[in-house]
Amino acid sequence: MAKHTKTMNLNFGPQHPAAHGVLRLILELDGEVIERADPHIGLLHRGTEKLIEHKTYTQAIPYFDRLDYVAPMNQEHAFALAVEKLLKIEVPSRAQHIRVIFCEIGRILSHILNITTQALDVGALTPSLWGFEEREKLMVFYERVSGSRLHANYFRPGGVHIDMPHGLAEDIYDFCKNFPKVIDDLETLLTDNRIFKQRNVNIGIISKQEVLDHGFSGVMLRGSGIPWDIRKSNPYECYEEFNFKIPVGKNGDCYDRYLCRIEEMRESTNIIMQALEKLPKGPIMTTDSRIGPPKRQAMKTSMEALINHFKLYTEGYHVPSGEVYAAVEAPKGEFGVYLISDGSNKPYRCKIKAPGFVHLQAMNYMIKGHMLADVPAVLGSMDIVFGEVDR
Amino acid sequence: MKEEYNNLKSLIEKNQKIKLTNLELNDDNLILSSSKEDLLFNIDFLKRSSDFKFRQLVDILGVDYPQREIRFEIIYLLLSHEKNLRISIKICVSENDLVPSLTDIFPSANWQEREVFDMYGIKFSNHPDLRRILTDYEFEGYPLRKDFPLTGHKEVRYDSELQKVVYEPVKLAQDFRDFDFESPWEGSEYINKEQLKIEKEK
Repeated sequence: MAKHTKTMNLNFGPQHPAAHGVLRLILELDGEVIERADPHIGLLHRGTEKLIEHKTYTQAIPYFDRLDYVAPMNQEHAFALAVEKLLKIEVPSRAQHIRVIFCEIGRILSHILNITTQALDVGALTPSLWGFEEREKLMVFYERVSGSRLHANYFRPGGVHIDMPHGLAEDIYDFCKNFPKVIDDLETLLTDNRIFKQRNVNIGIISKQEVLDHGFSGVMLRGSGIPWDIRKSNPYECYEEFNFKIPVGKNGDCYDRYLCRIEEMRESTNIIMQALEKLPKGPIMTTDSRIGPPKRQAMKTSMEALINHFKLYTEGYHVPSGEVYAAVEAPKGEFGVYLISDGSNKPYRCKIKAPGFVHLQAMNYMIKGHMLADVPAVLGSMDIVFGEVDR
Repeated sequence: MKEEYNNLKSLIEKNQKIKLTNLELNDDNLILSSSKEDLLFNIDFLKRSSDFKFRQLVDILGVDYPQREIRFEIIYLLLSHEKNLRISIKICVSENDLVPSLTDIFPSANWQEREVFDMYGIKFSNHPDLRRILTDYEFEGYPLRKDFPLTGHKEVRYDSELQKVVYEPVKLAQDFRDFDFESPWEGSEYINKEQLKIEKEK
């Protein structure tokens, strides 16, 4: 006689420390085995795309900080690149190098957070304490260059807002010299740790073909063995000048993705050091006065400069009509901006392609047949941040 | 980069199987316009053909042009890792049209189509689970349509007397201000039009 079984519904979140924000996951359980997972998202939806349609191009930048708030400058970068494509302007070399430095700092910020909280989700407390100490140092670099630790609002179409203050380059270089040691320390805690491996090896496996079908990008794609990184394939900014490797996983499980992130942090440190060594002198903003604001000094003596500044910060600049797609390799995957301009000073439509959105979509597919305790592990290795998923 | 896209453009033009209505290349954004009946065939062909191998769906987005006769556009972004190329496929859709769902070709289209439905109210046929996704559970209206006000229609607060969350019509102390940045020296368009009318009458 067939045994009568009944599935149980479990509401995971939206207020759960392992849900990485405000995810409401409705799980259908057969005992402890998951039969179906239905993520309910949108609890952090702020209508970013709608708001951007009502703001000038300069005013739209801060919204990008608030998407993936763990690596804010990477998002600003995609928007800046899209606007620059429409405007057809060149970015000065120094600004390009500064952008690369801060994008890679953002990558390290994001990966530290992800690795340590994933460890926390599977039961290791110490890595997060060590990792957050390093994040603090990196956020001080953010603060020194832009004035705020998180929501930097530093990149501008045409360059960056202000030049790096004196001594910052040296301090970032010192940090980079010491940072590989910290990664080694983190690895001693996790890489060969028996419990960490039990919780991550062979969990959440996804194959090459499935990865493509589900639209994955970034570490989720590379963890399954597809060597694809936009920094290499379509080098934007000045990435082709740097020498770096793309770590690729083999099995496509949570553990491989963890290893990819560890290696990416080493490569990022490497890129930052190369960029600092090369850092050229010169302007940090395009000299085209229709887009770049005039110098403070000029505004004090020249009436035209003052008018130019006033017009740029009230009306903003007009962007020629057209449609572009610009993508960057953000820490979580391909972050893209599809920008439609109608020739006015505000974007007509700004679609934000967030990597986390498609990753979370595959949650049901990846978690089916796993145990309840694997939910945080898989969720952690997907690197979900709700700012970008919900937009 | 540009050369590769020119090659791709001529490759698509030469291809007899793809049914397109228009093909335009701006810089590195190749936009292929298709009718919505041919959409599934075109995308499936671009995915399977060894010439193209567009095996990943990057995103789906809607655009609203209220002044047009066919109001909406849906743009599908595809990526080919092997060829290192991207392509955008565009279809025009009216308010009550049913758009064929891509979920059979790309599973990742599921949520992306739900998002278009949520934001623009465009319905997809054969979609397994067409629910709202980003907005609140009992949300009304389609927020990314151009005629939807930025401030929305309803606001939410916790009522301590009723001990529950209540929905009320939006009450703002100050209306959202949308500035007109047209330069007074150049003259506003509507003034110029009036001027022309007067001159004509003379």
